[in-house]
Amino acid sequence: MNKPLRHVWLVVGVLFVLLFTSTTYFQVVAQSRLSAHGQNQRTLYNEYGRHRGPIVVDGHPIASSQESDDTYGYLRSYDPGAMYAPITGYYSVVYGFTGIERSLNDTLSGEADSLFYHRLADVLSGRENQGASVELTLDADAQQAAWDALDGKRGAAVALDPETGAILAMVSAPSYDPNELASHDTGAVSRAWSELNDDPERPLTNRAIGGDLYPPGSAFKLITASAALETGDYTADSVIPGPGTYELPNSSSVMNNFSGGRQEPCGPDDESTLADALRQSCNTSFGMLGVAVGEDQLRSTAEEFGFGQDLSIPMGVTPSRIGEDLDDAQLATTSIGQYETRVTPLQMAMVAGAFANDGVVMQPQLVGAVRTSDLSTVSELSPKELGQPLTAANAAQMRQMMVGVVEDGTGTAAAIDGVEVGGKTGTAEWGEDRAPHSWFVGYGQTDEQKIAVAVVVEEGGYGSRTAAPIARDVMEAVIHS
Amino acid sequence: MATIVSYTARPRRLLQALLLLFAVAVGVGAYALVGLGRFEELPANLLELGVGALVLVLVLQIAVMWRAPYADPVILPVVVLLNLLGVAMIESVHAANSIFGLRGSASADRQMLWSVVGVALCVALVVLLRDHRRLRRYTWISAVVGGVLLLMPLLPVIGDSRNGSKIWINIAGFSFQPAELAKIAFAVFFAGYLVSRRDTLALAGPKVLGIHLPRWSDFGPILVAWGFAMAVLVFQTDLGTSLMFFGLFVVMLYVATDRLSWLVIGAVMFLPPAIFAATQMSHVRTRITCWLDPLSSANYGSCEQISQGLFGLASGGLIGTGLGEGRPDMVPHAESDFIFSSFAEEMGMVGAFALLLLYLVLVQRAIRAAVGISDGFGTLLAGGLGFVMALQVFVVVGGVTRVIPLTGLTLPFLAAGGSSLVCNWIIAGILVRLSDAARRPAARQVDGAGPAPAPRPAQEVRS
Repeated sequence: MNKPLRHVWLVVGVLFVLLFTSTTYFQVVAQSRLSAHGQNQRTLYNEYGRHRGPIVVDGHPIASSQESDDTYGYLRSYDPGAMYAPITGYYSVVYGFTGIERSLNDTLSGEADSLFYHRLADVLSGRENQGASVELTLDADAQQAAWDALDGKRGAAVALDPETGAILAMVSAPSYDPNELASHDTGAVSRAWSELNDDPERPLTNRAIGGDLYPPGSAFKLITASAALETGDYTADSVIPGPGTYELPNSSSVMNNFSGGRQEPCGPDDESTLADALRQSCNTSFGMLGVAVGEDQLRSTAEEFGFGQDLSIPMGVTPSRIGEDLDDAQLATTSIGQYETRVTPLQMAMVAGAFANDGVVMQPQLVGAVRTSDLSTVSELSPKELGQPLTAANAAQMRQMMVGVVEDGTGTAAAIDGVEVGGKTGTAEWGEDRAPHSWFVGYGQTDEQKIAVAVVVEEGGYGSRTAAPIARDVMEAVIHS
Repeated sequence: MATIVSYTARPRRLLQALLLLFAVAVGVGAYALVGLGRFEELPANLLELGVGALVLVLVLQIAVMWRAPYADPVILPVVVLLNLLGVAMIESVHAANSIFGLRGSASADRQMLWSVVGVALCVALVVLLRDHRRLRRYTWISAVVGGVLLLMPLLPVIGDSRNGSKIWINIAGFSFQPAELAKIAFAVFFAGYLVSRRDTLALAGPKVLGIHLPRWSDFGPILVAWGFAMAVLVFQTDLGTSLMFFGLFVVMLYVATDRLSWLVIGAVMFLPPAIFAATQMSHVRTRITCWLDPLSSANYGSCEQISQGLFGLASGGLIGTGLGEGRPDMVPHAESDFIFSSFAEEMGMVGAFALLLLYLVLVQRAIRAAVGISDGFGTLLAGGLGFVMALQVFVVVGGVTRVIPLTGLTLPFLAAGGSSLVCNWIIAGILVRLSDAARRPAARQVDGAGPAPAPRPAQEVRS
């Protein structure tokens, strides 16, 4: 009976070869595919098992991990939560993560390539591997001031250091408590999640950079004016036409000089200087100026300011835009920030920053430094130029005009004693029977400190009344600290 | 062609002792590593386990030296090592469950207890069963016992349905999978029956289309075996057990008759019920779906176990996470049905291969004994038991690694479960007894009576 036994042994051999093959396949060949599989909670749990680094503002951790005695190993908590939530994002065991938690996940979890030697040192010294800490550029006072000033009104405020691009404040309201989503009580998390998603005020949206683009209204006149100066044909003192109404070219529509249907001309003889037109925020002046300057110049200036660019701060910023293939009527309304012009508050803060930084736009950045758990620095903020929409001389003229707006125009509510404040208000119409969005875009500077701000309050009415005081509070918090 | 297989009659008891000590050292070391990995301290009962294991291997060593001095020196060390590794892995899963709380699983204490029972039965068998041929007397009794055991889970009071399969009985709080014991009984029955009928099975009967068909009188018992396998499949919805029984029977038939026609007949007879099960039984259909495509989002919910097992395999990679460092608790039944994926996760592909090789060595030793043994009954029994162990490993590991659909069998000696462990220790005892018979010189050397007789050729081969 030995021959059949040998055959049996052969069969056994074949069966085991199959097992060796399949084991090799799943453990080696298909390993990375399986580990990356969406349903593989093991990968998620590994993620949660790491001691994540904190997110720090002015030395205070606004997001940090504490050990928890459950599956996830660590609980992420946020303090204060809502004020910084649009920046930190949340770190949920159910719904994944957003904001800095997502953009800098590798750094916070300690898995980034740049942390390789740190990880190695941890392994060699037997320390528990802890992720790196991310220090943000935010100024806690400015953030608090912006948060308090917005006071839960729907809108956003962004403040920049014009010289470095460092973001000093970024508030989006209404916000949410990320602790509710970071909780390990999955039932409570999913209830909080559906509540936040069903909220008509959409608290999960970061209005400062994402999703929502706003018509900038009159605040866009800053860009139209810059484009005009850049042509070389205009100065702040150039006299430009500004009638009470402007019949749009090749169109039956009529542009009134002021919102609310007011039709006073911009000055005697239906004309005024460019500076005066900006101070009063005359619509017809800028509509006609935009048509005179032309779409190409307007677009190239806007793009130098950062329009149409994909920015990452490191979260992605929705690119701001002006419409395409504009005829003269559309160009006129575009020039006063209507038609298809849509911007983020961050973009408008960058515009204001360019004037305070001699015409140079710096790339906005949120991360000041990345440090390992033993406080050695992995990377630090390095300012980068993004573009130069206008010359230093033209930037100076723009500042001069914007100071006029704040001293003696629509932006008086933004004035601060002893500080040079320039700006532009906006009252952006955006729908029938809806109150317009309220804007203020401007800068403040002393010899030591510069700041650029943009504030939008949804359906806030006149920019001069609603947005300008908020901007003032934010600038004050930075300059007086 | 005739092959002469001969053995020099060396007991090699010292080798077995050293291998047993090595197995205990590795197994207890694995248990210690699990404690260090999970809690960063040595397990509290490490000393008890170590001493207990040493006592058990001492008893095994003495029993073998006393009653089966020529037994294969490798069988028991492999079995002891598998058993201890299983204990370590069950403890790893249990500790992970108590830390992370995803689900619950029994601690390894129970498995240790069952190991003691298993070793005791193995020793008793080696000591009491002096000659395996005595089992042949119980051929028909074994058939009845096996049949009763197999059908017991279908009885109303003691039968117990779990996870869609009725393969458990429950008596006075103790649950038991009688199929494991039935496996031994049937192996004995098949061996006894086939050894007496092999010539008539092979030669008598009409020849149709080049295939020798058996006579009806010989074919009857085969039909009964087939019927039993189908009963298990249909009424207990247990594809694995029925496949195991039928595989055991067909292979023993083939070994006994050396006729490929039997393999063909066996395969043909298993096909219709397998097709019936695959198309008509939702339980089996789900398993087939999960076998073909467990990871798509549509199937994920129903195939969680196999997907989690695959993720565990992937998590282990080449060298594994380390004992007590992985997350086998994420796989349902990680300590029993899916203990292979737990091993592969914590010890990697290297460890999984080592495990498979241990089984291969064990099967090889059984078949080696089958070749060496001088009577047909012993050959059939050893070959059958060896093959059924290989088949069981294939069905389990193949199910976990998607070679075949998943079935409800467990890895011998490794998986948590008293009935399986105890029954496999009995099989180990039978294999020890059979290998002793295979390697024993034909006549005992009498003290001072000249040189030992030359070892007798084990078995002349039919060709």
